[in-house]
Amino acid sequence: MSLLKVDNVTFGYSSGKSVLAGVSLDIGPGDTIGLVGESGSGKSTLLRLLLGLTRPNSGSISFNGTALDPRNAQFMRAYRRQVQIVFQDPYSSLDPRQTVLSIVAEPLRSLKIAGDHRQMVMEALVSVGLEPTILGRYPHEFSGGQRQRIAIARAIVAGPSLLLADEAVSALDLSTRIRIVELLKQLSASMTLVFVSHDIGVVAALCEKIVILEQGRIVESGDTKTILANPQHPYTQRLLASVPRMPA
Amino acid sequence: MSALLDIKQLSLHTENVRLLYGVDLTIAPGERVGLIGESGSGKSLTAMAATGLLPTNIRASGSITLAGRPVIDASEHQLNLLRGTAAAVVFQEPLTALDPLMRIGRQIAEPLRRRAARDGQRLSGTELDAAVLAMMGDVALPDPERIARAYPHEISGGQRQRVAIAMALACKPSLLIADEPTTALDVTTQAEILCLLDRLVRERNMALLFISHDLPVVAGIVDRVVVLRQGEVVEAGPVHQVFAHPQHAYTQSLVAAAHAFDTALGAVP
Repeated sequence: MSLLKVDNVTFGYSSGKSVLAGVSLDIGPGDTIGLVGESGSGKSTLLRLLLGLTRPNSGSISFNGTALDPRNAQFMRAYRRQVQIVFQDPYSSLDPRQTVLSIVAEPLRSLKIAGDHRQMVMEALVSVGLEPTILGRYPHEFSGGQRQRIAIARAIVAGPSLLLADEAVSALDLSTRIRIVELLKQLSASMTLVFVSHDIGVVAALCEKIVILEQGRIVESGDTKTILANPQHPYTQRLLASVPRMPA
Repeated sequence: MSALLDIKQLSLHTENVRLLYGVDLTIAPGERVGLIGESGSGKSLTAMAATGLLPTNIRASGSITLAGRPVIDASEHQLNLLRGTAAAVVFQEPLTALDPLMRIGRQIAEPLRRRAARDGQRLSGTELDAAVLAMMGDVALPDPERIARAYPHEISGGQRQRVAIAMALACKPSLLIADEPTTALDVTTQAEILCLLDRLVRERNMALLFISHDLPVVAGIVDRVVVLRQGEVVEAGPVHQVFAHPQHAYTQSLVAAAHAFDTALGAVP
């Protein structure tokens, strides 16, 4: 059975054309899936729908067989415990006035999870490659890559089964980017990862499955290696041909 | 042949922070040089220094010669004569580089008019309009008449960057400085803009200083690279040599990271 099922979802704002049209996705437990698209492809809208922040105009999204519905408060609370997100910009996603302990423990507080929060935060920090001794420090004391590690620690501290990442490495320098990709890859062994990015190279390095979005439609999806080796849709072909490569 | 841009032992300081230290960078007429570095390496500052656009709280030492004239400590009047004719800049984010309240046609007309005046010509309104449309044609903007009447927010990011390139080229500079010109663009648009820049620089026999953190992008457009790290040059040389046999550990880590993403993508389809 799929963990997250997107069934024929359409979404649009009242004024204009649809942002997503007939999107269907099947995300199984343990999958590492990359949603790739350029500006206007609808990838961020799809992510909002997956978080349950917005409801589709038609079609449905279900988690473990139950449809996401903001009116079903009890289920949404349980869902929020299972799903966490990492954002693009580690400079704006961490509260500058809070300590690392307070930032990383935030999901534990808001989800009212019992236990020794300090201990759980220290374990999360270790699993993202940070020293547990940084608990009392503030975001400005860290580099971009370290901040993104703190954001990832916050996302995994409550033990989610699904991790969403929205352009989570796009704001990072190349040498930092590769290390965060390696960290996410390592974490994806124990949870499902949905990684949204415009960068097909990063998705290729991280995700076993890939979904290519163009103007609100899925043009191609499947096993990453297969699609990269033999892209069928003209848009996927153009996207791949556009990626600059190192000289041979 | 003497260098078009000659930066020798350039150091930049604020009150208490060292930003750039002992940077050497030379560009010959028609040469294409890439300046590579990660955030905070000082690559944009180097470009700003070359055109005399440094903030007033930054002190410079060493020497910068652009088209045979000194840049450091030059007066604003002397610098204005150099800017445009000797060097023009295309910035990363075309939306902030363009005036949001001015129609595209007028923004391109301004540098064209100034350049003509500098050459001792006075263009009539009709001549200027024709020159604007010709310039827009050169950067392959579709439907030039419509876009000339549009405001920056009414056109796409790629089209805005074409406008910014048209404005830089309108100055007929000997050196085009492009500071991360495609970083804000989608990858398919980036490919088009790189192709355009490459063609225009060759056709007009301009020199190019291409600033970027993206190694494969740089590899495709320049002959020589200079690698900056924390304000110091760690390595410089022909692009193929530096990328194939990086000597400094830092360059090696950058090249390895770039190759890792390339390898994941597999062969070009």
